Amino acid sequence: MTESTKVRVATIWLSGCSGCHMSFLDQDERLIDLAKKIELVYSPIIDVKDFPENVNVTLIEGAVANEEQLQMLKKARERTKVLISLGDCAVTGNVTALRNSWHHSDQAVLERAYKEPSDLNAAIPTAVPKLLIHARPLHEVVKVDYYIPGCPPSADLINYVLTELLAGRTPIMEGRSKYG
Amino acid sequence: MKEFGVDRECKVARTGCIGTCSVGPAVLIEPGDYLYQSVTPEKVRDIVRDHIVLGLPVKDMLYSNREYFKKQHRLVLRNAGKIDPLRIEDYIAMGGYSALEKCLATMTPQGVIYEVRTSGLRGRGGAGFPTGQKWSLVARAQSSPKYIVANLDEGDPGVFANRTLAEADPHAIIEGMLIAAYAIGAQKGYIYIRSEYPLAIQTLQKAIAQAKSMGLLGNSVLETPFAFDLELRFGAGAFVAGEETAILASVEGRRAMPRPRPPYPANSGLWQKPTLIQNVETLANIPLIIQNGGAWFAKTGTPKCTGTKCFSLTGKVNNPGLIEVPMGITLREVVFDIGGGVADGKKFKAVLVGGPSGGCLPETLLESPIDYDSLTKVGAIMGSGGIVVLDEDSCMVDTARFFTEFCVDESCGKCTPCRAGLARVKEIFDKITHGQGEMSDIGTLEKSSVFIRDASLCGLGQTAPNPVITTLRYFKDEYIKHIVEKECEAGKCFKTRDEEEEA
Amino acid sequence: MSVNLLKLKIDGVEVSVPEGTMILKAAKDNGIIIPTLCNLEGLAPYGGCRLCLVEISGSPKLFPACITPVGPNMEITTNSDRLKEYRKMVVQMLLAERTHICSVCVANDHCELQAMANQLGVDHVMFERKFTQEPIDSTHDFLVIDRNRCILCTRCIRICDQIEGVHTLDLKLRGKDSEVIMDLDEHWANSCSCTSCRKCAKVCPVGAIYIEGEPIGHTKNKEIAAFIRDRRNRR
Repeated sequence: MTESTKVRVATIWLSGCSGCHMSFLDQDERLIDLAKKIELVYSPIIDVKDFPENVNVTLIEGAVANEEQLQMLKKARERTKVLISLGDCAVTGNVTALRNSWHHSDQAVLERAYKEPSDLNAAIPTAVPKLLIHARPLHEVVKVDYYIPGCPPSADLINYVLTELLAGRTPIMEGRSKYG
Repeated sequence: MKEFGVDRECKVARTGCIGTCSVGPAVLIEPGDYLYQSVTPEKVRDIVRDHIVLGLPVKDMLYSNREYFKKQHRLVLRNAGKIDPLRIEDYIAMGGYSALEKCLATMTPQGVIYEVRTSGLRGRGGAGFPTGQKWSLVARAQSSPKYIVANLDEGDPGVFANRTLAEADPHAIIEGMLIAAYAIGAQKGYIYIRSEYPLAIQTLQKAIAQAKSMGLLGNSVLETPFAFDLELRFGAGAFVAGEETAILASVEGRRAMPRPRPPYPANSGLWQKPTLIQNVETLANIPLIIQNGGAWFAKTGTPKCTGTKCFSLTGKVNNPGLIEVPMGITLREVVFDIGGGVADGKKFKAVLVGGPSGGCLPETLLESPIDYDSLTKVGAIMGSGGIVVLDEDSCMVDTARFFTEFCVDESCGKCTPCRAGLARVKEIFDKITHGQGEMSDIGTLEKSSVFIRDASLCGLGQTAPNPVITTLRYFKDEYIKHIVEKECEAGKCFKTRDEEEEA
Repeated sequence: MSVNLLKLKIDGVEVSVPEGTMILKAAKDNGIIIPTLCNLEGLAPYGGCRLCLVEISGSPKLFPACITPVGPNMEITTNSDRLKEYRKMVVQMLLAERTHICSVCVANDHCELQAMANQLGVDHVMFERKFTQEPIDSTHDFLVIDRNRCILCTRCIRICDQIEGVHTLDLKLRGKDSEVIMDLDEHWANSCSCTSCRKCAKVCPVGAIYIEGEPIGHTKNKEIAAFIRDRRNRR
């Protein structure tokens, strides 16, 4: 298979712990088979600055928690055919969304994170993107085509979904998709 | 009257409500059936002087809208506004308790049930189950004792038919219960009434005391071996307590939560004994059926849906009030002939039939006849008999949101669809009416409301999505306008929080 | 005592079942498992979660299998496309109703709601999830209730009343605001009727009631109600 006929795949890391990407890498030797069929065009593990055009499949880890991520997600959606929520943060909000219980106050969250635990020079950083009021799962912001829940999703599950999709089949999640 | 020296010739009596809410207080002068509207202390002087002393009715103070009564057919409300509800003698003078006497003296319980079956009467509580059939089920049930419960827990906002009945003619309910008890073999009955109706409670308490003192209730009713005792039970203000299995729980002293049926109350009701639960309006029909025969009753209304139904007609209509119409009358007749059309010359938009869980019907469906089956077909219900007229200033999205919110608050919380589902539906409405709606929300609304209707445990959840389903069916373009153009023609939505608080 | 056997069909299979059996049990005895959450063997059926809804031909309504007895010649469908869709809806509504974050929940991997979502393939929730601030009561020596994880199945209330017989637990408020309370809404430590029997924690299908410091897999025991009832009947 030549580079041009390979399926163009991207992965994105939003507000998550990178565990889902680790799980992706845990596909181990199956990655070699996968690499014959796909071309990784954007990912935190490769050095590409801007999200490319005409991506076939994008896997996104993490919830949408700040303005920058929101823009990133929207751009990815525009430039991707099939968008997949990878892992519980992307699917449910998960740990990232624990702060949602403190309704309508991103400020309270920042105070708790940066000021309360700090002994001296407590300050909220200004150079980071503005927090959204709620951390949200991807499908509450853009249309999502497939979901791979799990914290993290197992390498087997990721491999199953990708294999099915590459074969042109719809993955069956009954009995396979486990939250947590 | 003293002033004019006629206090010995005529008598002033208190009555229940006659149903003309827009022009109260009303005064009726007999003989002649002269009804005066919007009476004030000053006007009374003119009425007494001209009408009673001089015999000249004061034309410009008389109730002018004869149309209001012309299309009505008052069976249940036969005595409303005509007798003193606190005097059992008045009720007896109008032929009251003669049906009971007829039953006890000349009819067998089976004979009574036969008459009720022939009448074709169906339960007026909303579901429309054939009354005669229900009675036979309870009568046939093996276990004893048997109970009878009259449902007067009218929780729908804007609905006041049962209340008016209890305040205007309490003995009709009691007599109906006595006859039902005789037919099914019950010795103990409860009237389940909401505590928000203090006047109805007082009236019923007095009526029960009077009936007891006259030997109409007690160990030997009218000196026959038939014994029947009656008690009031008060609801604590939950809408869901009007559901029949929830009433049972509440009468037993437990939390008013419904339970799945079967077992039906006819076999296992109060304290697992056979129990007949009947709306008070159904019961008030019974004495007439016994007096005049089932066949006579069946002549009114439609073949499948006999008799009359009381409706609380409210909203943007010229003549709001309590009306009683024959089954099969069209919505147009109710809204435009009896109701006198939309108030303030505005344009008609929709009519909500069946209370907070009824359906919103557009003008094209105004020719629909009012009966259980036709209403169900167009997505509405008979429900508790609330008819709310909405004019062009009403937003259908906001209307659906409002009634969903009511049902969210009133859900008992037992089953998932009604408790968790309705709350999600309401949040989607909040999104739409605050300008954050997306087109996919319409699909989610449709899917969830059909699910809630099909999967809920009791009537509350099963009917709660009706306003959503019908507005989506008949007024979808309004939803789309709200979502795409962020525009509310009626000007109800897209308000900021401050504006909402002000409103 | 002779038992009247009824003939009926479940998912097209002809079976005969003793009269009075609930559809759920009749199906189970014939190898058909209908999903449930609020139901627990040994406790009076509740009919609240609506997962076990089945279709009975001839009726447009759906019936909860846990509390609907079999009838002669019934034709029951337990797994139509509509029912599958509706079961997914139930689980989604439960997941969206309060704060359910499996990865940090004490009941992770021992949770019936989590397992049900997996079994039914609920890979996402179509509703916006709620993040609630329901009160947590950890005043008791070892029992903890986190109402944010409660799915209001009332198993705890029923076992407390029907098996332990003390009725410490009950509900307050209604609808979405319903809350499991102790006595007349006391803190658990102040409850004078609670016998600290732990049965509530044993049967809680999620992580709402648990025992502090004890592995949840050790606590959970779905058979406890039926076991005690059976022992009592033998005496």
